[in-house]
Amino acid sequence: MEHILRLLAQDSRITADEIATRLGRSAEEIRHTIQQLEDDGIIVSYGALINWEKSADNKVFAFINVEAVPEHGSGFDSVADYISRFPEVHSLYLMSGSTDLQVVVEGDDFREIARFVAEKLAPAPGVRSTSTSFVLKSYKMEGILLGEQPDDQRLAVSP
Amino acid sequence: MTDRSLPLSQKAIGLAPSGIRKFFDLVIGMDDVISLGVGEPDFATPWHICDAAVAALRRGVTSYTSNAGLMDLREAIVEDLQRRYGVGYDPEQQVLVTIGVSEALDLAMRATLNPGDEVIVPEPSYVSYMPTVELAGGVAVGVPTVEANDFKLRPEDLEAAITPRTVGLLIGYPNNPTGTTMSREEFAPIAEICTRHNLLVFSDEIYAHLTYEGEHACFAALPGMAERTVLFNGFSKAYAMTGWRLGYACGPAEIIGAMNRIHAYTALCAPVGAQMAALEALRHGEAEMRRMIEEYDQRRRLFVKGLNDIGLPCFMPRGAFYTFPRIAHLGLTAKEFSERLLFEHKVAAVPGTAFGQSGEGYLRCTYATSAEQLKTALDRMDQLVADIKAGARS
Repeated sequence: MEHILRLLAQDSRITADEIATRLGRSAEEIRHTIQQLEDDGIIVSYGALINWEKSADNKVFAFINVEAVPEHGSGFDSVADYISRFPEVHSLYLMSGSTDLQVVVEGDDFREIARFVAEKLAPAPGVRSTSTSFVLKSYKMEGILLGEQPDDQRLAVSP
Repeated sequence: MTDRSLPLSQKAIGLAPSGIRKFFDLVIGMDDVISLGVGEPDFATPWHICDAAVAALRRGVTSYTSNAGLMDLREAIVEDLQRRYGVGYDPEQQVLVTIGVSEALDLAMRATLNPGDEVIVPEPSYVSYMPTVELAGGVAVGVPTVEANDFKLRPEDLEAAITPRTVGLLIGYPNNPTGTTMSREEFAPIAEICTRHNLLVFSDEIYAHLTYEGEHACFAALPGMAERTVLFNGFSKAYAMTGWRLGYACGPAEIIGAMNRIHAYTALCAPVGAQMAALEALRHGEAEMRRMIEEYDQRRRLFVKGLNDIGLPCFMPRGAFYTFPRIAHLGLTAKEFSERLLFEHKVAAVPGTAFGQSGEGYLRCTYATSAEQLKTALDRMDQLVADIKAGARS
């Protein structure tokens, strides 16, 4: 199952037939397993990894450390749920260490993100403080190096 | 024309360039070629290994080592072999770190052969086995293997090739170029023949870790074989370290000692940076290696199925990263097929004849290249097969 997940994480367009061939299993079995993984919410969605810095569309990302007030009974879940519903929030994690929540926010420009933090995030119920860091350049995302990689250095034919 | 005014040895003059080299000369300078001709991993050396080597260089680890190699490395090699195959060696006297398996093989031949001594080499064989025997003054005796038997060495063929001059058997499993492996059970009668005829066994196990079905059978680990086997292995394939040039030989102390005497004069020692990298590979390289092997295994299934689907029958290789599909039924020689594939469809695959006459009718295709490239190569090969069949009909 881990192999299937890895293959899909690498290339969400890979077909069940190809997974079956690569792993030496039947396509029927692979289709069934994938269906199960989707039903169980293990496979959440099928997308593409985009390097927005190369695209003409402007996109700015910021990592925001949020100190929050936990609630009796639900801890940080209710404040996290509240924050996560804003469409500007790209991802959100509960962290160990000095930060409680790490919020990744996506916007068209710096000002838009600043406005979101000042008007939505900081005043949100349960948020005690925020500390915003803007992404200046991305080097690696989801395990993939983004810089120019050297061409295959190998000789075309070797023993 | 050879310039006769400069002295060249008869041995050098008599040394034909390998079939690989000839094919390489055709490929060089061509653009957009997908190469299935590469005998090395498409992965770069795992970063932690490079990092360890760089750190060692920065610490000033830049001098000669003992001729046999760093003791830490020899001990790590011994532990690795013990753990994997249950075979035991003394790091002081039975391990020699060399500049790749290539150097180790050369040393072994020079340390054991007298002029005219015969070494049996199953064919198709890795391109340097026979020249290495011949350069050491020996006579390489090829024993053909056939696809019907998955290119495995049959005991009766080995027995038939033995003469009073036979000194040893040189084998490489998992095999380059066929990808075939030999199991312990299949090795048992071979071992029995080697004992009966008192043959040395030179066992090149550079592809040992790249065994996808069953366990790798280490020849030296067979009952009674350690005393007559020189075991070769290295870091090039499993750890994607071809350019570092680091290998080793393990075997009986007398032979390793003799090899080390030659090595001390001709190479002095293997490069220390590469030795430090190898030490890191043995200590912490297992996880990355497993990841690469899993990737090769998946491509192996993908590519072999693809070859069979387009009408190039191919047995399922169990090791290394080569396939050896048959093209004989299309009415072309291996050389003709691979040249048409290269010039008309821009895919480089080495004609089987580069590995001996018994490779006629076959191609060696490497799957140490991305799955995307493999799929494109299969499409192009499919076109050539269709062209050939259409040509044969018209």
